[in-house]
Amino acid sequence: MTTVAERSMGIGLKALRQIAALEVIDRVGLRGPAERALYSVTKNGMGAAASAGRTFTIVRGSGKPERARPASPKGVFDLTPDEDQQMIVEAMKEFAAAELRPVALAADTACAAPAELLASASELGLATLGVPEELGGSAAERSAVTGVLVAEALAHGDLGLAVATLATSAVPTALGLWGDADQQATYLPAFTGDEVAVSALAILEPRPLFDPFVLETKARPADGGGYVLDGVKSLVARAADAELFLVAAELQDRGPALFLVPTSGGGVSVTAEPAMGVRAAATATVAFDGVVLPEAALLGGADQDVYAECIHRARLAWCAVAVGASQAALDYLVPYVNERVAFGEPIANRQAVAFTVSDIAIETAGMRLATWRAASRADAGKDFFREAAVARQLCVKHGAEIGSSAVQLLGGHGYTKEYPVERWYRDLRTAGVYEGALLV
Amino acid sequence: MINLETPKKFQPLIGQAHTVAQEVLRPIARKYDVAEHERPKELDFLAAILNGMSDSGATSGAGAAGAGKGEDKPASGNGNGHAEGTRNGSNLSTALSIMEMCWGDVGLLLSIPGQGLGNSAIAAVATPEQLKEFGGRWAAMAITEPEAGSDSASIRTTAEYDEATDEYVLNGEKIYVTAGERAELVVVWASLDRSVGRAAIKSFIVERSNPGMKLDRLEHKLGIRASDTAAFILQDCRVPASALLGSPEVDVKKGFGGVMQTFDNTRPLVAAMAVGCAKACLDFTREALEEAGVAVDYDKPLLSQSAAAAKFLAMEAEYDAARLLTMQAAWMADNKKPNSVQASIAKAKAGRTGTDIAFGCIELCGALGVTETELLEKWARDVKILDIFEGTQQIQLLIIARQLLGRTSAQLK
Repeated sequence: MTTVAERSMGIGLKALRQIAALEVIDRVGLRGPAERALYSVTKNGMGAAASAGRTFTIVRGSGKPERARPASPKGVFDLTPDEDQQMIVEAMKEFAAAELRPVALAADTACAAPAELLASASELGLATLGVPEELGGSAAERSAVTGVLVAEALAHGDLGLAVATLATSAVPTALGLWGDADQQATYLPAFTGDEVAVSALAILEPRPLFDPFVLETKARPADGGGYVLDGVKSLVARAADAELFLVAAELQDRGPALFLVPTSGGGVSVTAEPAMGVRAAATATVAFDGVVLPEAALLGGADQDVYAECIHRARLAWCAVAVGASQAALDYLVPYVNERVAFGEPIANRQAVAFTVSDIAIETAGMRLATWRAASRADAGKDFFREAAVARQLCVKHGAEIGSSAVQLLGGHGYTKEYPVERWYRDLRTAGVYEGALLV
Repeated sequence: MINLETPKKFQPLIGQAHTVAQEVLRPIARKYDVAEHERPKELDFLAAILNGMSDSGATSGAGAAGAGKGEDKPASGNGNGHAEGTRNGSNLSTALSIMEMCWGDVGLLLSIPGQGLGNSAIAAVATPEQLKEFGGRWAAMAITEPEAGSDSASIRTTAEYDEATDEYVLNGEKIYVTAGERAELVVVWASLDRSVGRAAIKSFIVERSNPGMKLDRLEHKLGIRASDTAAFILQDCRVPASALLGSPEVDVKKGFGGVMQTFDNTRPLVAAMAVGCAKACLDFTREALEEAGVAVDYDKPLLSQSAAAAKFLAMEAEYDAARLLTMQAAWMADNKKPNSVQASIAKAKAGRTGTDIAFGCIELCGALGVTETELLEKWARDVKILDIFEGTQQIQLLIIARQLLGRTSAQLK
């Protein structure tokens, strides 16, 4: 295990070796974009090492936190995104098709997203999509629906890169939702300024039957105020670059709670943890070893409803990326099964193939509606935990099945890296085990 | 603005439908399951109430009759100078109230006078004159024949035009006509010219009292036993030319369009029936599990809960998907968006989910699930038809695939 700074230095070199060795990039004509990615990744690794450890000086806010106002639907069943949402989704779809899909394989192999891609994403303002306008963000109203629409559009390009580009928005979104005035004043400028900080929401822990309401990461009151944090988090997105973590820990006698943990304070070590899927998000294990935190580190005051809301909002974000990747698989399969000929005709003419495509369309549509419903309830200020649980169940179960079916329909092709479906297989299976990392 | 809640303006209608289901349908559900083929006379007075309910609200319908080309005003503008808002109309309100009624009893819903699927066909394709003449009357739907089920293009019933009397003469055999014995009208599918194929298939409104249409028998069935399923012999059955629904022209290019477009309206309604029946199963099972000390936790991961709670949540999730897909298909119909794919998606998802849930609930409830002292076993028998009529599961998958893949019925058989 190494420190954040050391780890960040290492990423560039590792990416170099992996991408250079990837012959498939030549065959499928990705050498250009991949090399650009490679250059950027290296640059990113070095740059992050230098900038890691931004110091967050506690700033006094105005006393009253800013909150995005609840959405007020008119009581009409409607599946039409509003005009702002339509515009942003169109932009994200284009961005995903032009910038994410072409570099997805290289990023997956490198376990890192190209720095220029991350820079573009931050220029697009993804980090502050969920931050109230008054605090320099772009949310006038609560934005869970916008969040899931954006996540779905990006994941249609690539799930791993969608996570890489969106992960850093989880902490500012949480600050907008639950931060007090001081916390908002202290941390949000790092996300609304020119040099957007990298941050990560760390909830998942490395053990079977993980339950986010039963945590082994512990926070205990420190002598003389504040807290001491100990524990290990798993598959934390872009952890090596992160300057600020939002960490779920069991607060002694009070239940699970969220803590703002800047890396500058020390005691945080990051070890790369490449996984089966979501590799472009540069996942890592993060260990917190006796990290001393001030009172102000506690987000949402250990309120159990806030914690539960955070868990459910994170699950909804994962639902959204699963919907996006499932739709991508469907859109890829349609021309493939129409063009692929076996026994003298397109395989699309076979019911066994065609019905699988129908099933993917059916389940993807159901996943999407369940996700949208939970998000719209969240925006309207209604209870949405049951609906989020339902959406998660659908997306975990059917998402993984869709990934598997997509590979199956391509047969041997599906098993190779020349086609994107094996990546969807890995990403959709991995997405199903995630807690945290994303937030809408 | 994206919002998937049940529309506020339909809440009164839904509440009434639920009350009817609870107070009228549930208490007699077992009675007419046992007394198959007996006319549920309690429903006659219910029909009067439902007609009153429909009249009281411009967009409301508690049965299949409500769906169609409703002309409701948009419910809201988007405030940015765009005239078009979204519309919550009779397709959605009908689907929602059918869900409630089928929470009560599917077979009885199908037997409520005036609420037949034939009424949807009439509402979907009738001329204003036909609507005026037939609109308020109970209409059954006769498509299937002994040799033509899902492949409705190959039906053999013929309709010959008799110029002398300006009548059509129908000949053939129809089976599986839901509410065929009790309805006042039967919408019969027949071919004007069997050599042309599907383009020549038209639907005709036949008075139930027409002496040329003889009731052959009533089926004994697995479920929905409260609903009569009739077989008819059409022998030189004469109907006036005005009984032909839609255009009498045989347009080979347009093909099946006219008669098939009915399905875009009725499939979401059959999906709604499955959704309602599945909800009955889930409600019963949730209560049974709670009595047994098992409660579902929506925070905890599935694997941290008991297998029973996890199974229940998994079923509830599929139920929600089916319900939302049904609402989507109906909403699209209300807003004049082409919804063939979504109608079939809703039908396929709700049909299979209904049966899966009923069987899953039986598994969780054990003896309570199969005993005739409870209704769960009946719902499990009833729900199966909903994955069969108005197009089987497999037909829906074919329709969805053909449209998504751009395959013809000759290519993707």
